[in-house]
Amino acid sequence: MLNGKTALVTGASRGIGRAIALELAKNGAKVAVNYAGSEAKAKEVVDEIRSMGRDAIAVQANVADSESVAGMVKAVIEEFGSLDILVNNAGITKDNLIMRMKEDEWDAVIDTNLKGVFLCTKAVTRQMMKQRKGRIINISSIVGVSGNPGQANYVAAKAGVIGLTKSTAKELASRSITVNAVAPGFIDTDMTDVLEENVKGEMLKAIPLARFGSTDDISSLVTFLASDSSSYITGQTIHVDGGMVM
Amino acid sequence: MADVLERVSKIIVDRLGVDAAEVKPEASFKEDLGADSLDVVELVMELEDEFDLEISDEDAEKITTVGDVVNYINSNNN
Repeated sequence: MLNGKTALVTGASRGIGRAIALELAKNGAKVAVNYAGSEAKAKEVVDEIRSMGRDAIAVQANVADSESVAGMVKAVIEEFGSLDILVNNAGITKDNLIMRMKEDEWDAVIDTNLKGVFLCTKAVTRQMMKQRKGRIINISSIVGVSGNPGQANYVAAKAGVIGLTKSTAKELASRSITVNAVAPGFIDTDMTDVLEENVKGEMLKAIPLARFGSTDDISSLVTFLASDSSSYITGQTIHVDGGMVM
Repeated sequence: MADVLERVSKIIVDRLGVDAAEVKPEASFKEDLGADSLDVVELVMELEDEFDLEISDEDAEKITTVGDVVNYINSNNN
C-alpha cells in the first residue's frame, strides 16, 4: 500500500505514534521515528521496523521549537531523499480545572500540541510542494470536538488542530497535497492508563460500541489516509471513537 | 550577469506558462502574469535552487515584479 513512500511520525516512541510508525512500515514505508526525550524507546521502534526489512531512523526534536523541527526535517529528507507522509502525532497533557490551571500548563500544551503541528507542517511544505504530492495527517482528539472538563488546554489545542487542518488543506490542495485530521476517542495507551477505574467506567457508558479503542484502530486509518487510495479526501476530521461523538 | 533576466525569464515562462514577451521587468507576478500567492512562493523556491541563494521570508514578501527578482539576484549573487 505504501511501497517506496517515506514518512515522518512525530512522538512515535510510544502509544498511538508508535503504532502508526509500525503500521506504516508494515505497509512498505520508510519511517522516521521522532522522539523528544525517550531515545531508548524510539530506538526500539526503529529496531522493530528494521526487523521487518524496512528502513527506519530515529530523529530527536522538540516539535515546539522551530530550529529543532527544521533540523529534523532536513535530516529526514537527506536520509530518505523525499518525504511523502507527515503524521503530526506528538502531544502532551497537563490536565487541570481552568480555575487551577497555571499559565505554563496552558502554554506547554498549546506549544507542543498546536504550534508543533504548525511548525512541522511548515517545515515539510517546501519538499511536498516540489514533489507535487504529499499527505499530512494530524492527530487531533474527539475532545477537540466535544470539549472535556479539566482539559481546557488540551481541548483548545486539539480543536485548533482541526482548524489548522482545514486551512492547510485549502492552501495546499492545488499541489495535490491532502491534509486530514484523525480524532481518536478513548484509546488504551499510557496517556489514558492513568485514569481511575470509575472514570473509565463512566466513559464506557458513553461509547455505543461499548469498548475502548486500541492503537490499531488509529493506525489502520492513518495508513489508509497516507495511501494513494485516499487522494480525494482532504480537510476532513475523522472520528475513531466507537461512536462516542456523532 | 547579463543572463540573469534570461534565466529568470525561462523559469517564469516554465512555471507560469506565460509568453516570454510578457515577462518584462515591470510585469507584476500577480497582476500581469496570473500567478497566485502559492505560485510566487514556488517561484522563489526555484530561484533559490537556480541561483544557489537563500531568500529570507522578509525579502521574499517584497518580491512582486520580474524586476524585483532580477535586482535581488544581481545584488545578492556573487
